[in-house]
Amino acid sequence: MTLDTAQPELIQLLTPEGERIDRPDYPLDLTPDEIRDLYRDLVNVRRIDLEAVALTRQGELGIWASLLGQEAAQIGSGRALRPSDMVFPTYREHGVAWCRQVEPIKLLGLFRGVNHSGWDPAEHGFHLYTIVIGSQTLHATGYAMGIQRDGSDDATIAYFGDGATSQGDVNEAFVWASVFNTPIVFFCQNNQWAISEPLEKQSRIPLYKRAQGFGFPGLRVDGNDVFACLAVTRKALADARSGQGPTLIEAFTYRMGAHTTTDDPTRYRLDGELEAWKLKDPIERVKAYLVKNQLAGADFFADVEAQAKQIGSDLRKACLELPDPPPQAMFEHVYATEHSLITAEQSAFADYLSSFADEGVS
Amino acid sequence: MTTTTLTLAKALNEGMRKAMEEDPKVLIMGEDVGRLGGVFRVTDGLQKDFGEDRVIDTPLAESGIIGTAIGLALRGYRPVCEIQFDGFVFPAADQIITQLAKMHMRSLGLVRLPVVVRIPCGGGIGAVEHHSESPEAYFTHTAGLRVVACSNPADAYSMIQQAIACDDPVIFFEPKRRYWDKAPVDRAADPLPFDRAQVALAGTDVTVLAYGPMVKTCLEASGATDRSLEVIDLRSLNPLDLPVVVDSVRRTGRCVVVHEAPVFSGYGAELAARITEACFYHLEAPVLRVGGYSTPYPPSRLEDHYLPDLDRVLDAVDRSMEF
Ligand SMILES: Cc1ncc(C[n+]2csc(CCOP(=O)(O)OP(=O)(O)O)c2C)c(N)n1
Ligand SMILES: [Mg+2]
Repeated sequence: MTLDTAQPELIQLLTPEGERIDRPDYPLDLTPDEIRDLYRDLVNVRRIDLEAVALTRQGELGIWASLLGQEAAQIGSGRALRPSDMVFPTYREHGVAWCRQVEPIKLLGLFRGVNHSGWDPAEHGFHLYTIVIGSQTLHATGYAMGIQRDGSDDATIAYFGDGATSQGDVNEAFVWASVFNTPIVFFCQNNQWAISEPLEKQSRIPLYKRAQGFGFPGLRVDGNDVFACLAVTRKALADARSGQGPTLIEAFTYRMGAHTTTDDPTRYRLDGELEAWKLKDPIERVKAYLVKNQLAGADFFADVEAQAKQIGSDLRKACLELPDPPPQAMFEHVYATEHSLITAEQSAFADYLSSFADEGVS
Repeated sequence: MTTTTLTLAKALNEGMRKAMEEDPKVLIMGEDVGRLGGVFRVTDGLQKDFGEDRVIDTPLAESGIIGTAIGLALRGYRPVCEIQFDGFVFPAADQIITQLAKMHMRSLGLVRLPVVVRIPCGGGIGAVEHHSESPEAYFTHTAGLRVVACSNPADAYSMIQQAIACDDPVIFFEPKRRYWDKAPVDRAADPLPFDRAQVALAGTDVTVLAYGPMVKTCLEASGATDRSLEVIDLRSLNPLDLPVVVDSVRRTGRCVVVHEAPVFSGYGAELAARITEACFYHLEAPVLRVGGYSTPYPPSRLEDHYLPDLDRVLDAVDRSMEF
């Protein structure tokens, strides 16, 4: 049997050249201010990311998973949410975290090795980063089942990568979400790579087409188009809120950097690929649109740059000031209630540490 | 010249290469093991030389890796599976524990599953969560699995070949923080069977039992004390080479067990119990255990406090001597 390999439709509202495309099925009316704000968001999160990469190079972070190239997918989808929705991210959703008002410094703790997470998920509607590939999609689905039972019109959004679509957990999440018709958006950032493995190692059909087999709609959006990502995520969330169940959004994008700062992509991919994607840069096209439509001038762009620079240097300063946790911290929060084994080990550990103090060893 | 100096990672690589040259049924499979050569480069160059049919970049699913390895083994292949990091073996736990471990027995011995599951294990590299686990006790607790841990390049070279040649499933732990340690490897040496322990350093005061990453730590500890430590590298955790352990403890009368995994319900508990049973009248002190705490592996800035180090090993040695 041959497979239908026709190029799938890509939902796009803004071309790489900054031309606006109208789609009646995905209406998007943005005020000039809103467009300028989106641009600011994109520039700011790229700056945060660049700073974190630099901090890693300088040994201040142990590792960093860069979002470079995926800004539009994250800002577009993140700005479609409302505060009471719940986000279930991977380890790369720094742009979504920004939309959820998680202070950038709080993202750095995990990567610096001072904690496993630094924010209150309930406060931000933004769950913990999840490193084990795919697990969070089930959590998001269960959370959405809770929303249903509460009779609320909130929704959840689960982020995951192209590689993650191979995991059992993700496929189980699709089944659950479909069977229970949960208010969830599955937001897959297909950045074309899972570390060194290209998409062909995970799938022979476009990822969004998988949704149909599970019984809910799937669509592919230009992941480098912040307008389109915003519009399709809004629509999917509206469907979720109104009892129409899950949607799979495949945001077609590109991981412009290494997988993480410890990875060396020159071992497995060609430079030309990156060059081609640079022409589709998610930030440049919004800039082109703003300029073309005379919605922003040199002053605005200078101001955006200055703000981003400030955010970057604030982040750097805060990172350098992040203290190491006290050794005793590792015994904290293992259980929600008193636990005799932990108590005993913690006190033995304290005695052990103080045996060095007696010897005058710092 | 049959002896060359290799890193532990390279020794594993050469061991697998030799096994693949000798037996066309040997396959490598896992995430990023092909063109990238694995995130630790342990399979570096193997896909280039043996092709994509024998060195397989799999979809991103650990349960899938082990489940399909079982199927390949049923068809006569000898898959060597790489789990990228210790913390990611758990999605494969079902296939390993309920299928891989039990199928030989369920088939009344008719089915053999010569599958090797390679797991880079342990901490000490400053990694984020799920990248520093020591999950050996889950597997030593599962009948039907052989569980081994190499600690140095020479053993890495021979033990990986022995694991591949073995007709039982083998969980093969690799001490990731020792991947870059170098030592001479004699390819022509007649290797010790991989289910045997080895006295890494002879001594008379205290028997120190370790495996994987902690062997080096214990050897360093012995260099930092006047006490005479006998360091035994267990190499095989299941089966355990008990006679070597018992012989040593009967001579020294004292024993300290060291591993990175939490002490509570850890592999050391099995050792302490066996030693107590076999050496009760020879013991001058209870078997003491040094290991991780009963907490999730901490953020990396705290891992030096969590991991047994030279001081904690010697502290236990002192407590044993002073008992
Ligand atoms: C269960 C599990 N297996 C393996 C890994 C190691 N790992 C980390 S990221 C990654 C690739 C993920 O690719 P993808 O889902 O496309 O997300 P991306 O990193 O591209 O955003 C792998 C294999 C992991 N974190 N969890
Ligand atoms: Mg990816």
